[in-house]
Amino acid sequence: MMVKKILARLYIAIILVVLYAPILFIAIFSFTEAKSLGNWTGFSTSLYASLFSGQMQNSSGLISAVNNTMIIALIASVIATILGTVAAIGIFNLHGRKKQAIQFLNNIPMINPDIITGVSLFLLFVFLHFSQGYVTVILAHVTFCTPYVVLNVLPKLHQMNPNIYEAALDLGATPMQALRKVLVPVLRPGMVSGFILSFTMSLDDFAVTFFTRGTIGLETLSTFIYADARKGGLTPELRPLMTLIFLIILVLLLFFNVRQAKMHKENV
Amino acid sequence: MTEHIIDIKHLSKSFSGKEVLSDINLYVRRGEFITLLGPSGCGKTTMLRMIAGFLDPDEGEITLEGNPLVGVPPHERPLNTVFQRYALFPHLDVYDNIAFGLKLQKIPSDEIDKRVRKVLKLVSMSDYEDRDVDTLSGGQQQRIAIARAIVNKPKVLLLDEPLAALDLKMRKDMQIELKEMHKQLGITFIYVTHDQEEALTLSDTIVVMNEGRIQQIGTPKDIYNEPVNSFVADFIGESNILNATMICDHKVSFIGHDFECVDEGFGENVPVDVVIRPEDIYIRRSQSGTQFSGTVVSCTFKGVHYEMFVDTDEGFEMMIQDYNAFEPGEKVHMLIKPEDIQVMKKERIDNVIPATVGKEGTIHMLGENFECSTEGFSEGDKVLAHVSFDKVDLEDDDEAGKTSGNVSFILYKGDHYHLTILTESGEKVWVDTDDIWDKNDLVGINILPEDIRLEKAVENE
Repeated sequence: MMVKKILARLYIAIILVVLYAPILFIAIFSFTEAKSLGNWTGFSTSLYASLFSGQMQNSSGLISAVNNTMIIALIASVIATILGTVAAIGIFNLHGRKKQAIQFLNNIPMINPDIITGVSLFLLFVFLHFSQGYVTVILAHVTFCTPYVVLNVLPKLHQMNPNIYEAALDLGATPMQALRKVLVPVLRPGMVSGFILSFTMSLDDFAVTFFTRGTIGLETLSTFIYADARKGGLTPELRPLMTLIFLIILVLLLFFNVRQAKMHKENV
Repeated sequence: MTEHIIDIKHLSKSFSGKEVLSDINLYVRRGEFITLLGPSGCGKTTMLRMIAGFLDPDEGEITLEGNPLVGVPPHERPLNTVFQRYALFPHLDVYDNIAFGLKLQKIPSDEIDKRVRKVLKLVSMSDYEDRDVDTLSGGQQQRIAIARAIVNKPKVLLLDEPLAALDLKMRKDMQIELKEMHKQLGITFIYVTHDQEEALTLSDTIVVMNEGRIQQIGTPKDIYNEPVNSFVADFIGESNILNATMICDHKVSFIGHDFECVDEGFGENVPVDVVIRPEDIYIRRSQSGTQFSGTVVSCTFKGVHYEMFVDTDEGFEMMIQDYNAFEPGEKVHMLIKPEDIQVMKKERIDNVIPATVGKEGTIHMLGENFECSTEGFSEGDKVLAHVSFDKVDLEDDDEAGKTSGNVSFILYKGDHYHLTILTESGEKVWVDTDDIWDKNDLVGINILPEDIRLEKAVENE
């Protein structure tokens, strides 16, 4: 009995260590000045200081890569959320075979390896003589984010009372008013989770971005790090940056979980 | 009371080739409580949705106070709907749900306030305005749904099975409240339900529907006491429906006996159906003054009365309700008063199936070739094939029949079942049988050659 319990605990502990050790490793070594990862040269916050002051080699490249990443992620996930919600409403109102077929088509881009999405979009843009840059990266991100929004909004539609849209019309709302005042508020939780998912997907995408950014020198965080690593060794300031991104995500996650638990409690 | 508020003329609707409403004509008087009653799939909800504007008719017109409604989008119709599962807005509280329509009309907020409070009082939910709608019980949600509709002062209130999701006790209470509300508000109510008891309790007028057609329109009393056909008789309340022969005016014969009745004008020796309500059969232990006798088969206590099944000496089963219990096995004697016998014209006396004469000795009908004597006809002739109800054979195995179909309606007629079969070809065949079948059973259909009688079809095309 006792042995079983200890083994079970140990198992969990090992899994957690394997999962979090790399992040912990980066976080610890963000507090030392050493150029190469793994050398501890004493506690220091100078990497954080140089990250924020911009006093580092290659600093403009890193800062603009972070900015590009954020802007692309924001625009792509806003567009994907709108498109995905509209698509979900459309799919919800289909019936039978058509519905199954469209849902199947929606699932393919999610299963499709990023590298294939990237290369095929690259070929498409070349074929259409689209000059590649910001716009093509955003378009590409929208294509792989939209299915996730659809997937998050559809269950909300299924949970929704099918008559509430009609009820709004019945009470004198025009179709647009009904959409704005009833449908969107009811679907909002699904739209928000679809948006967050899109945002994170866009944030850490490498393969698709790499193939669609063209040759104008557009760098996002992932392509910047890739190029940086090939040049020989990562810029040390990436360590505090990674640590901070991890912390921001952690805080956001905690915030949403606490809020959800609270809402659940209120309903019960 | 006699002014029409809604007129419906020649209304038809099909969904993917299947007709759900055919040529509906109906008017609704201002201020009345009218109920569309029928089994599921009879077209009642479709009709309500067309009045509300959620569906367009294929043909026909709907007018409100003389103005055409077809083509007017739902948000411009001065009507409001109470939906079956409430359809309250989950992101709004009780107050904002009710105020939704008024805010869209840009009514000043102090008037909105006044009106919302007034309807909340009307539905006895005064202290609930800040509550989240998810925290309310089913009955409370339904009250809010009603309040949300009537606060807009609609010309007509449409109610789509509003009480169907409530438990029995709550349903009964709400029925009384709805009736009370209707009286207070003076708004015309169009109510849809499949619950005949609810319809009888609430309505000024009942419209009984089946398979997309209106069967009967009348007051609850008319519908109950004088059903026009066996469907209405069977659907409304309990009844004994029997084959009978109208011997002459005021005299009808059934279950092997002649009875006096009050009906006239059917002709002489005409096959008819009769309906006798189980509470209208008098049951005695002594024979004096009774008309026929039988043996009690079963006796069940139903709260106020006992419900008994009695086999008559002639072999007919009758349902009888009485305040006294008679034990199974007991010999009893029965009496039916003339005014309690409702005589109805038979909708049909045999199957009349359109057919085409094929190669020698065959005809084509119900999508298959049947053998029969085609003497006097030549190939290609359009004919009508007559087949008696009891000459249609049903098979358990649908493969064993020439064609197959589904049992769509079952009527017990005292000593046999009268089934309506919807065939593969989309036609209907009626069958008399002693065997027990269930609704929706898939059956094979056979007809022997000697049981088909051909008649020349009247040319009209």
